[in-house]
Amino acid sequence: MSLRIGKPGLLTTVQDLGRFGFQKYGVIASGAMDAFALRAANLLVGNPQGAAGLEVTMLGPEIQFEHTTLISVCGGDLSPQLNGRPFPLWRTVLVPSGGVVSFGRMKLGCRAYLAVAGGIDVPLEMNSRSTYLRAGIGGFQGRALKSGDVLPVGEPTYQGSQLLRLLARDADREAGAVSRWSAASSLRPAYSANPEVRVIAGAQYPDFSADSRVSFEQDAYSVLPESDRMGYRFSGGSLKLEKPAEMISTAVTFGTVQVPPGGNPIVLMADRQTTGGYPVIAQVASVDLPLLAQVNLGGKVRFRLISLEEAEELQLQREAALQTFESGISSLR
Amino acid sequence: MVIHNPNGADAWSGLQILPLGDSALVIKFGDAIDLETHKRIRQLSEYLEHHPFAGMTEYVPAFTTVTIYYDPWKVAAESASADGDVRQSPFEAVKAAALNLLLELKDTDSAAPATVRIPVCYGGELGPDLEEVAAVNGLTREEVISIHSSADYLVYMLGFAPGFAYLGGMSGRIATPRRQTPRLAIPAGTVGIAGEQTGVYPIETPGGWQLIGRTPIRLFVPDRTPPTVLKAGDLVRFYPISRQEYEEWEESSL
Repeated sequence: MSLRIGKPGLLTTVQDLGRFGFQKYGVIASGAMDAFALRAANLLVGNPQGAAGLEVTMLGPEIQFEHTTLISVCGGDLSPQLNGRPFPLWRTVLVPSGGVVSFGRMKLGCRAYLAVAGGIDVPLEMNSRSTYLRAGIGGFQGRALKSGDVLPVGEPTYQGSQLLRLLARDADREAGAVSRWSAASSLRPAYSANPEVRVIAGAQYPDFSADSRVSFEQDAYSVLPESDRMGYRFSGGSLKLEKPAEMISTAVTFGTVQVPPGGNPIVLMADRQTTGGYPVIAQVASVDLPLLAQVNLGGKVRFRLISLEEAEELQLQREAALQTFESGISSLR
Repeated sequence: MVIHNPNGADAWSGLQILPLGDSALVIKFGDAIDLETHKRIRQLSEYLEHHPFAGMTEYVPAFTTVTIYYDPWKVAAESASADGDVRQSPFEAVKAAALNLLLELKDTDSAAPATVRIPVCYGGELGPDLEEVAAVNGLTREEVISIHSSADYLVYMLGFAPGFAYLGGMSGRIATPRRQTPRLAIPAGTVGIAGEQTGVYPIETPGGWQLIGRTPIRLFVPDRTPPTVLKAGDLVRFYPISRQEYEEWEESSL
């Protein structure tokens, strides 16, 4: 089974949850920017949460499916359509043989995740199917998708086949069908063009000047155009250390907010380097990483400090909700 | 917080364990880059390599720190099953596990480091800045090559790019400031000097280092396990080869 890329869109790549275990060798993790959306999309088509899907950025591609299959689109609303007819996000969609999925206007967020039953079956490279563009590793030939690319799709799971059977029962096989079940709105991240993003104080937080700490929490920071999958660069109230200090490089992670001497914060994203040497003012709480991943260039973000315990509690609640959703899906038959 | 070893052993005194957000934790062994700190980092890294704990995703050693990444959900599930109803913060659970581990580790010796020999064709078009490094330091080209290739360099950490090793131990006699204007593309395998550092670019990147030679060895090969030739704790010894040997090596590795 396979799918074929027509128009490639602005930046469409194969991503899973990332390349872990190799950061000690300097190999960046990559993976979906909005991992939650990919996990939910996978569950909706009966896949394991970590199966590879497509990360569609801003201007979506056209994708033709050669066999009848299930897909789901979660994350940013880029107006997905099946054979020219709009379909909703966060649901399971039956795509008839030869069906074409395309995208339209960017309504909310900027990254959509398309999962297909069986997952995108490109070879594993260092235990991951994620595309790491800079080094040309993983995904489909290590690069963004181009017109004419044909991507292999794996065998649907037993659960995937059950869902397909359920949808096909009352579907018009020519036109496809959309599931009555969906990921509850309470489960979905509260995406916004200008979100509030919760953060935990970083190791150097106390070393920043009092004014800087106030700015960081009270100013709106705009996402600069040079932002990408590697990191979001922000402009806003300038952040300065009380006393400039020489830093020794150490490991960083997804959501680390570092501040170069210029004073504009950078939030490290999926394609971040493994280590960094700038002072770390904060760390984005895991539960709010999807919000940041969906902020477009020019979007304004406010950072709000919460305790580590709060961040942990929020993340554990989110995970518990996703697990309940997974159980719900697997009981459909 | 600062940890004091209750057993009185001073091997881990001054150790700090700090959160890096809600899914990673940093064990900081000191404030300076030195061999004693490096040795402790290596001991812990070796242990974690072979004994990952439940919920640990991976670890990354650096100059003065080891960062442990974990899945808070798995850690919470594990600590809930161990303690019955008591729900412990994932950070506290991982910190406790790390402290236990550090106490166990204090008497173990780590294995002797591997020495990795890296051939380098110095100068010419593969090392266009060799002359500059010689001129800045009042040396001949041959002296620069001899000094650069007669030290054992310690791999403190990998970072910046896949397989890029931060090396310690370069002689100050060949230290040279970075170039005023960085080059846009430096080929993989290029050996450079920046201030008192030396290193090899594993993949093509832009950079401002003074380029003194190139190795035909590929330091980063994605489909090999592990994907890099070097790892933290290794010793590196460069040795000069001729242009002809370089070409032959390149051909044989295609």
